[in-house]
Amino acid sequence: MTITQEVLDRHGLTRDEYQHILEMLGREPTLTELGIFSVMWSEHCSYKSSRVHLKTLPTTGRRVLQGPGENAGAVDIGDGLAAVFKIESHNHPSFIEPYQGAATGVGGIIRDIFTMGARPIALLDSLRFGSLDNPLVRRTMAGVVRGIAGYGNSIGIPTVGGEIAFDESYTGNPLVNVFCLGIAKADEIIKGTASGAGNPVYYVGAKTGRDGIHGATMASAEFDDRSAEKRPAVQVGDPFMEKLLLEACLEVMKTDALVGIQDMGAAGLTCSTCEMGSRGGAGVEIDVAFVPQRETGMTPYEIMLSESQERMLLVVKKGREAEVEQIFDKWDLHAVRIGQVTTDGRMRVKHHGEVVADIPNPALTDEAPLYRRPMAEPEYLKSAQALSLAELGQPESATVAFTRLIASPTIASKRWVYRQYDHMVRTNTLVAPGMGAGVVRVKGTRRALALSTDCNARFVYLDPFLGAQHAVAEAARNVACAGGQPIGATNCLNFGNPQRPEIMWQFARAVEGMGAACRALDIPITGGNVSLYNETDRNGVLPTPVLGVVGLIEDADSVVRRAFRHAGDVVILLGESRAELGGSEYLKVVHRLVRGVPPALDLDREKALQKLLVEGAAAGLIRSAHDCSEGGLAVTVAECCFDTGLGVEVGTPGTNADEMWRDVMTLFGESASRVVVSVEPRYASEFLHRAADAGVPAMDIGRVGGDRIRMSVDGRVVLDVALAEIERLWSSAIGNYFERSRAVA
Amino acid sequence: MKFAVVVFPGSNCDHDAYDATTRVLGQQAELIWHKDTDLRGADVVILPGGFAHGDYLRTGAIARFSPIMQRIAAFADGGGPVLGICNGFQVMLEAGLLPGAMLRNDSLQFRCQQVHLRVEQTDTPFTLACGEGQILEMPIAHGEGNYYAEPDVIARLEANRQVIFRYVTATGDVNADANPNGSINNIAGICNQARNVVGLMPHPDRACEVAIGSADGLVMFESVVKAVIEGAFATTR
Repeated sequence: MTITQEVLDRHGLTRDEYQHILEMLGREPTLTELGIFSVMWSEHCSYKSSRVHLKTLPTTGRRVLQGPGENAGAVDIGDGLAAVFKIESHNHPSFIEPYQGAATGVGGIIRDIFTMGARPIALLDSLRFGSLDNPLVRRTMAGVVRGIAGYGNSIGIPTVGGEIAFDESYTGNPLVNVFCLGIAKADEIIKGTASGAGNPVYYVGAKTGRDGIHGATMASAEFDDRSAEKRPAVQVGDPFMEKLLLEACLEVMKTDALVGIQDMGAAGLTCSTCEMGSRGGAGVEIDVAFVPQRETGMTPYEIMLSESQERMLLVVKKGREAEVEQIFDKWDLHAVRIGQVTTDGRMRVKHHGEVVADIPNPALTDEAPLYRRPMAEPEYLKSAQALSLAELGQPESATVAFTRLIASPTIASKRWVYRQYDHMVRTNTLVAPGMGAGVVRVKGTRRALALSTDCNARFVYLDPFLGAQHAVAEAARNVACAGGQPIGATNCLNFGNPQRPEIMWQFARAVEGMGAACRALDIPITGGNVSLYNETDRNGVLPTPVLGVVGLIEDADSVVRRAFRHAGDVVILLGESRAELGGSEYLKVVHRLVRGVPPALDLDREKALQKLLVEGAAAGLIRSAHDCSEGGLAVTVAECCFDTGLGVEVGTPGTNADEMWRDVMTLFGESASRVVVSVEPRYASEFLHRAADAGVPAMDIGRVGGDRIRMSVDGRVVLDVALAEIERLWSSAIGNYFERSRAVA
Repeated sequence: MKFAVVVFPGSNCDHDAYDATTRVLGQQAELIWHKDTDLRGADVVILPGGFAHGDYLRTGAIARFSPIMQRIAAFADGGGPVLGICNGFQVMLEAGLLPGAMLRNDSLQFRCQQVHLRVEQTDTPFTLACGEGQILEMPIAHGEGNYYAEPDVIARLEANRQVIFRYVTATGDVNADANPNGSINNIAGICNQARNVVGLMPHPDRACEVAIGSADGLVMFESVVKAVIEGAFATTR
């Protein structure tokens, strides 16, 4: 066939890239080969725009057992065990078909984890949606939540946390980032490697259909009003099949009959075949005629590019085939031999014995295109960073602003969402969703893991470098609040079209900031995912580099929760409140502005604060701890009261701002590196001393108790509201959007 | 004494029940594959929660055909104590071990949350260590827990004191607010006429330690240990 410009366009390949293919092959590619190149060289699989930047991230450390490059990263958590974890996006499919898009996002990341020989024990979701006033957004969100629930609940892995934020920029492009963590024996981590000439290659799991063909290419293009026509490129999930695969694969892995294993995710059989060969320095030869097929008449092109879910590729030690087949049979799965490992370093695909693709592995992996795309500081930046309070007129009254913030969907209770998720299965969940970091214990040890995903995308929009640092600091602070020492991280970088220089600039600056913060806080990034082209009709999402942090808690009994526990406990504010309102939820909700510079961040101070929290928790000095983020001190203090029936009375000096804005700045400013802790009165002075020794500013600001939230600034009571009333607003806000829409329908 | 925890393909709370009975309760337990036909000398059988066969077709509809189910029916006929939790309860309904059926939750959503149960009857092997009217806190995690049966069946269950657990408020009131799924008469769990087979939607297996939210479920396992040791429900196995 002739490869015309139109054929190249349909495959998302440029003329230059095609020239490169011709040189590498020394001939014209077959259509199957062209399809293989198109998916492997797509942004989604090749990271061609992002790789040069990602290389700058810190990925090593004394606990790191597996860095980037495998199916997931792994860190040593003691007791001979490893935490295996990664976060991945499923943004584009979730917009086109919310339920299946989100469900298969969950399924995909779970496969990445058990592929490494780890038993998955926790899921978190980092979600972004447009405004809930928009019925399309409500429909998308309801579908995404149902999809996550439908998959995670069925397969039996608890969803223990995550976060959800709302901004109009996500209206036509929601973000669905799913984090999964599993536990493996540290010395039994399994790799996605093919080696040993003659070793058989097995296919197991669901049959291959025509679903998801060119999913990876779709995830590498912008959306427009015809995107709904791409629905056939979204896959359909089967959590039951994946549950069988999970159990069967873990059983096979116990036998040592396995050389390597990889799931078929993006780019399906193509990606798993060439990546396994590439990692093992070997070749893989398969005959697609042996691949179990759901539909008749499928071409090699379709079989190689299908993204049907719940499929795995295994390389088994020669002579051990029967053992492996028997285990899969037990689980009613049929493992089929489709090829073998070769020595020539090539990916060779046959169809009934006839060669239809024959490509050197490096051409698809290491030697895939790499772009150093042009960058330019975005034009919006200067004006967006300029915040003039005078232009805003009068600040809103503290009480009105507070009640609006508490009911703002980004701050309001997410119970409507997480009560649809099984967050308790496997009976490890020590801290359930909605209460800061999720915490799961590690059975068979005294330890527990605190998990948090975070990113304040407004901060990143206003200053990508600083904003990404905030994402790292906040995620790490959240696990430290629970008593967890941050030991590893995974990132999910959601940005717009990298071919626009201003987007590439945001990306590069954010990666730099993330790297700098991770180095300063000593948190290696062991892997992750990049999602570009998050745009609809050229409107990009807020740049959203989500960071998922894993924190190690040495003694599960010393876990600290966010809620106040006893009337009379001393409330202590750690960190310094400054006159900082830039990028705040207050500005967004009350003045409808995303403006200003994000709060300053001193990473040395942040590190000292986190150390104090971890040591204070281990010493049993801290009754509760909660990080100050969106909504500032007032919202943080209120959140400590929710679900406890305990009110609070606190007072602080005003931040140094002009008189008119002092109360609002003090209550709702989002200065970084601050945490509200409560301490038993008898330990208060010891804790304050420890803070002083650690160089962490600490102030006794009040007492837990009563049935009101009362806050004063410079001795004046500026907020005095009934806890029950505020809690009702907070807990019903999100549900109300959906109840109302149901009533109208 | 020994528990058998049945594993169907798609069971996912088998581990929860196994861990509760072994590590927490200190008893023996064995996971029994659904294709087995032998209960390996177990004194008590637990059908655990999960999504047996993916809940495809209908919850529990395929699991009832598993080879182990015939053995369990015989064990139950002989008076052996059998507990169905969540999906295990749904399997029992499909298998005819207990009457009634499950509809989707009235919210049309999956629900995972703590609930309060009132122990209505203490003359079953799984409630004999409870106080009558005792209130237990434990979680639910299901999408189809809306218990339904024909009015005459409900009347018979009530008359025979076969309703073992009801959803109540924290203070013990039976009302709509306490009902998480729309079940008739706030029914959370029932037993058979012989009282040795008990099924409930809430998860006692996930409520055996304060650290994970509640230890109120432990009393159900302690009850059956006592029942077996005292021979209160002698079996003819």
